[in-house]
Amino acid sequence: MDLIILAVGAIFVQNILLAQYLGNCPFCGVSKKTGTAVGMGVAVIFVATLASIFTWLAYYRLLVPRGLEYLQTLVFILIIAALVQLVEIFLKKQSRTLYDALGIYLPLITTNCAVMGIALLNIKHGFGFVDMVVYSAASAAGFALAIILFAGVRERLFLAPVPKAMRGTAVALVTAGIMSLAFMGFAGMGK
Amino acid sequence: MLVPAMVLGGIAAVAAVALGIAARIFHVEEDPRFKGVADLLPGANCGGCGFAGCTACAEAIVRGQAEVNACVIGQTDTARQVAAFLGMEMVDNEPQIACPDCRGGIRATRKYDYAGFDDCRAAMQLFHGPTVCDHGCLGLGTCIRACQFGAIRMGDEGLPVFDPLRCVGCGSCVRACPKGIISIISETTKILHWNRYSECLAPCRQKCPAQVNVPKYIEHIRKGEFAQALMTVRESNPLPLSTGRVCPEPCSLACRRQIEDEPVAINYLKRFVADWEMAQDTRLHIPVAPDTGKRIAVIGGGPAGLSAAYYLRRLGHAVAIFEKMPALGGMLRYGIPEYRLPKRILDWEIQGILDLGIQATCNVELGKHFSIDFLRAEGFDAIFMAVGAWLDKGLGLDEDGLEGVAPGIKFLETYHHQKEITVTGKVAVIGGGNTAIDCARTSLRSGAEKVTIVYRRSRDEMPANPAEIIAAEEEGIEFRFLSAPSRILSEDNRVTGLEVLRMELGEPDPSGRRRPVPVAGSEEIVPCDLIIEAVGQEPDLEFLKSEGMPKLPLTRWNTIDAKEETLQTDVPFIFTGGDCFTGPGLMVEAIGAGRYAARSIHYYVTDGVIPPIEHRQTDLIPASLFDSISGVEEKPKVHEPIVSLEDRLGTFKEVEGTIDEEDAVYEATRCLHCGTYCYDHDLEEARQQAEQDRLQEST
Repeated sequence: MDLIILAVGAIFVQNILLAQYLGNCPFCGVSKKTGTAVGMGVAVIFVATLASIFTWLAYYRLLVPRGLEYLQTLVFILIIAALVQLVEIFLKKQSRTLYDALGIYLPLITTNCAVMGIALLNIKHGFGFVDMVVYSAASAAGFALAIILFAGVRERLFLAPVPKAMRGTAVALVTAGIMSLAFMGFAGMGK
Repeated sequence: MLVPAMVLGGIAAVAAVALGIAARIFHVEEDPRFKGVADLLPGANCGGCGFAGCTACAEAIVRGQAEVNACVIGQTDTARQVAAFLGMEMVDNEPQIACPDCRGGIRATRKYDYAGFDDCRAAMQLFHGPTVCDHGCLGLGTCIRACQFGAIRMGDEGLPVFDPLRCVGCGSCVRACPKGIISIISETTKILHWNRYSECLAPCRQKCPAQVNVPKYIEHIRKGEFAQALMTVRESNPLPLSTGRVCPEPCSLACRRQIEDEPVAINYLKRFVADWEMAQDTRLHIPVAPDTGKRIAVIGGGPAGLSAAYYLRRLGHAVAIFEKMPALGGMLRYGIPEYRLPKRILDWEIQGILDLGIQATCNVELGKHFSIDFLRAEGFDAIFMAVGAWLDKGLGLDEDGLEGVAPGIKFLETYHHQKEITVTGKVAVIGGGNTAIDCARTSLRSGAEKVTIVYRRSRDEMPANPAEIIAAEEEGIEFRFLSAPSRILSEDNRVTGLEVLRMELGEPDPSGRRRPVPVAGSEEIVPCDLIIEAVGQEPDLEFLKSEGMPKLPLTRWNTIDAKEETLQTDVPFIFTGGDCFTGPGLMVEAIGAGRYAARSIHYYVTDGVIPPIEHRQTDLIPASLFDSISGVEEKPKVHEPIVSLEDRLGTFKEVEGTIDEEDAVYEATRCLHCGTYCYDHDLEEARQQAEQDRLQEST
């Protein structure tokens, strides 16, 4: 039950994009078409979960025993970058279909702050292993949900009569703000 | 300090080793060419090619899923390098660039104005856009925002302006435009294009049998871009030097300017740009598509054959022309006299066509020296038959065997072969077409005392070019209208005169001309020593009876029968067009037929199926015909320099000259830009009416 609450909380209440404002660059950058948004979302779920497991292990098995917690940011960057590369190499050999489906989004995630953010939040919240896995997957799912919804809105927005000064990124950010407000409605759900 | 450094270094080392091992274990045998091609691409990962990044594009190129020129940034240089890397040869082709169909200046009136309405696609959803014009640009600039290369900007006239230097032909604007007026145009597309009713077409463009884009080339001339003007003409007419001299300009008969003023001298302009190239003495480069490996035989080197050969070659096929006369040109060479189309000019023009890589064999006649079966055995994939209409129709007046009676075409042809022939005495030419006038003017130049043209209808019904009739009158040729020859008078088997009957015009016949009816007892004698009969021609189809010929059905006018839609005969690989299909017609009609046949043959040899042209425009579009037009300022038409009468008689000097550059640019400004300017006739009238009412009220 706790795990479900944790997952729902991570997806809706503490939505990584709309409540924590992490990962805004792909949110604006790859949200013009629903198709690409779905690709990005799936890639993030995949990488974030995997990255969280490795960073969590590195933190508690490597850094904490030596009192090197302050190195976490550096270490995490290193791990995520290496991991994404590794996953790419692995997928290319083992699952060509998945590799082709993720396409260019996989290497893009190397520099995604949502993935980094989830890894750091896991530590901040002091999660155990299972909690950490659930939270990471759910947060990434929250990212996917938000970006897909947002892409849907933007597709319609493109056809709408937007005043000149507001066109493009400006109106996208306003939309994101309104979506964020809407997601605040979920705040009452969790504890 | 040592511990953290070691930890970080350790992690990095582990990661590096892990990656290294993974790269080993999970090594995927990749085509080494992927990397090679990827290195040649610019690495911008712009996605303009439609693939996710340059690596993906490189893979697609190596796999053959994309062309070597898939990269929209790298353009020709990159394509050439990639092709060289892959061991392919790149054939030069004209780059494909985006072209808008709507190039209008004055915008059509807005149906409504809606603040903040800023996207053509959104606008389209509301009653097909805010402007009255159904075809044209909405001018909200969606294509500008779609272009990743900054090649489109909004012009002063509220229409997008395309920069051909920046355009890479990626097609994002084409996908963005809801009106479908932008297209990525290659030479092949232009050659295969035929007018449709759904297009925004100027009347002259609709009327021209070859469908030359008249407003476009006139606009180029106005801007002083003579090379582009000529290339525009060549998109649909490979013989601008010849048409510029002999075409009777059906286009100018449709010119909208003539509602209020004289029509634009379209043909003078065409002649000017064509002569401009010849005066430079360097031929403009004509792009040819990569070889298709198909071979086409063209039988007959007249305008239809030359036109078909030219376009088929430009579409990438190997073309061979077979001509029975000693030189190419057909009626242009043997039917049109020197003073209208100097042979030097014709030779220069034909050489330009042959230079594209067309093989021509003269002095070979179908049915005598070769057969259709022979051509098939030689490996020709399709045959275009354009043998023309060279057989003179007779009058049926027992003229056989008489000395002093010559059929028109035969007369001109003989004259061409043996220049020293001199005509003496009085000559009567029967007929009212251009051939009759050519015969008359030729005999006058070669020593005839007096030349009379006998025609059974009136001057208005004469099918000859009006300019030719005027020139003939000026030169002193006598016309006897409404006179039909009834009997040939002869003495000792020599012609002495022609008996003619006076005619009256009756009811219009199916051709729309009034049928002449003889007046009984009105016989008169025209004394003459030579009678030239130029009363019509038909194809000489004697070869159909020879061996090795498939059975080709004929029409009731004794021409080769073919499907009107495709010009394909009952034998699928034989196509026909020009005079031998339609009966004697204009040169420009033959040129149009040649390109039309080239389109059909191209589809036939490549796809096997000839797609029909939907809504093909054949008649003038009613909506484009106006009764009146406002705001036209009268400007006199330029006149071609004409050789004085004294110089004309007795010589074969070219009678008409070419206008100079200044006149050409001036004449181009007389064009009303129909089909490129939005002009809402009804609204304009309503506006004028309102203005008049207002004036009347105030007085």
